[in-house]
Amino acid sequence: MASPDTTTALESAAEMVSVRYPWRIRVRRWLRSPRPYRAALGIGVFFLAWYLLIDAFKVWRFGELPGLVNSTQEWLSADPIFGVSLFTAEYYRHIWTSFARVFAAFFAAITLGVPIGILMGWRRIFFGLTFPILEILRPIPILAWIPLAILLLPGREIPIIGLTFLAAFFVTILNTLLGVRSIDQVYFRAAQSLGFSQSHILWHVIIPGALPYIFVGFQIGMGACWFSLVAAEILSGSAGLGYKVWETYYYVQFPTMVITMATLGLCGYLSSGLVRIVGNRLMRWRAKLLAGV
Amino acid sequence: MEHKASIQPVEGGEVKLRNVTKQFGEDVAQTTVIQDCTFEVERGKFTVVIGPSGCGKTTLINVIAGYETPTSGEVVLDGATVSGPGPDRLVVFQETALFPWMTTLNNVMYGPVVQRDSQAADIEKKAHELIELVGLSEFSHKYPIQLSGGMQRRAELARALINNPRVLLMDEPFRGLDAMTRQLMQEYLLRLFEGSGRTILFVTSEIDEAILLADKLLVLSRAPTHVKATITVDLPRPRNLEMLTSRRYAELKSEALSILYQEAVSAFAAGSNAAADLVEAFEQRQSVQGKTDK
Repeated sequence: MASPDTTTALESAAEMVSVRYPWRIRVRRWLRSPRPYRAALGIGVFFLAWYLLIDAFKVWRFGELPGLVNSTQEWLSADPIFGVSLFTAEYYRHIWTSFARVFAAFFAAITLGVPIGILMGWRRIFFGLTFPILEILRPIPILAWIPLAILLLPGREIPIIGLTFLAAFFVTILNTLLGVRSIDQVYFRAAQSLGFSQSHILWHVIIPGALPYIFVGFQIGMGACWFSLVAAEILSGSAGLGYKVWETYYYVQFPTMVITMATLGLCGYLSSGLVRIVGNRLMRWRAKLLAGV
Repeated sequence: MEHKASIQPVEGGEVKLRNVTKQFGEDVAQTTVIQDCTFEVERGKFTVVIGPSGCGKTTLINVIAGYETPTSGEVVLDGATVSGPGPDRLVVFQETALFPWMTTLNNVMYGPVVQRDSQAADIEKKAHELIELVGLSEFSHKYPIQLSGGMQRRAELARALINNPRVLLMDEPFRGLDAMTRQLMQEYLLRLFEGSGRTILFVTSEIDEAILLADKLLVLSRAPTHVKATITVDLPRPRNLEMLTSRRYAELKSEALSILYQEAVSAFAAGSNAAADLVEAFEQRQSVQGKTDK
């Protein structure tokens, strides 16, 4: 009875790790498995529900919302009613602005967060100094930081990036710390016996050993970045996808609002995917099935 | 199995423990794991330590390796007191301690590379020789996760041997392997080291494994542990698994088991659940033997 679930878990695990297979083979395998068809069915049901609730029957409050047909037409139109579609420069300007902010914040968060996390996991004194204050600051919701960010940071752009940074920063620190703690003591002992210096231990035991957790942190952090970006853009932006969602609501341009929301979803999915691909490349040693090595 | 390379003897390797005591914790939470333990690991010999489970065998290895400092007493290697871990006493750990993020070759090369004691090209050549010696040539560019349990142990042996350790400390190295692989690894270890003049301290909780490998068998007491008895295993070398059926083997086994049984009984009386299994198994064995004798 458990076998279908197990198979799926194994398949997805294999998919996660089998980075060395040529992409052609992977695509062919993927198409032969039931996974793409299940995914398509799930997405199809979602869109059908949208169509039935809004376009077809205007069920209760759903009647107020933009329909599937309407929104799709707007998105694909060369001359959109509200000025934003696949064929307008404004659409890409918002996407680019948000992407630039997310990536600036994300890279700042990981450049600062990983070293801090490693130090916390590696040095007891540093852990003792930093962990309590981190645990007090971490639960403060990003929304609560907004006024402080505006007061403290100059201009419009920097507070937005600062807020986006904060979300990923805490996640990165915590996962890196967890990663260092998760390394089996036996590797440190082996390294000591073999004559590793402290810098060897750092580069050849701690960093590779913590990498799996660090990348989990990166993926969660990337999600957190998009989440807080939208909050920050809604409150103090002049461009970007989060700003656009709020603006279109304000000006009653509901199809564009839905288009922007869908775009946010896709952007978040793509950037997390990017992190995952980089992670798999760096952690080939976790792959059981490396073909052609 | 024929090998091109073989293991060269090394200088030294004599380990002496003098009244080593190891305690953990303080005040009320203090426990003594090793109590006044004195023994000698002879140079060029295969010394096997066996003891009831939970008696402190791993702590003993950790003290000799230098990961733990003895509370009192000292560990002396070739006349010098041990003060920390070093490549002259390498440990082959329970399960495996190969770095999972390095290939077999890099794992084997890493000790000499970080110690910078010779040219990179020489190190790589030596590493390839040793990898061939342990029969892993085809796997030198694989990661540990791609190797079987037995292969991992052999890779780990190569990683230790490249450093020419004076003593090889093996802490239940075959634990976790299935019975078949375990026997093959025991035979393999015999072939590799018999006549090599290397000093090995091997810790195990398996009596057959212990007698098959040992020149000298040290039977530990229950915790706080010390050497309860020393048995000289005078089975001829080269050894093989057939010897497990010889009369002399049976005598040695009975001798060791009866000491272990006594220890288990007193450990059980002192409240150890782990000891109960051995007590029960031993009593069953006695009763079965009694029946066959009649």
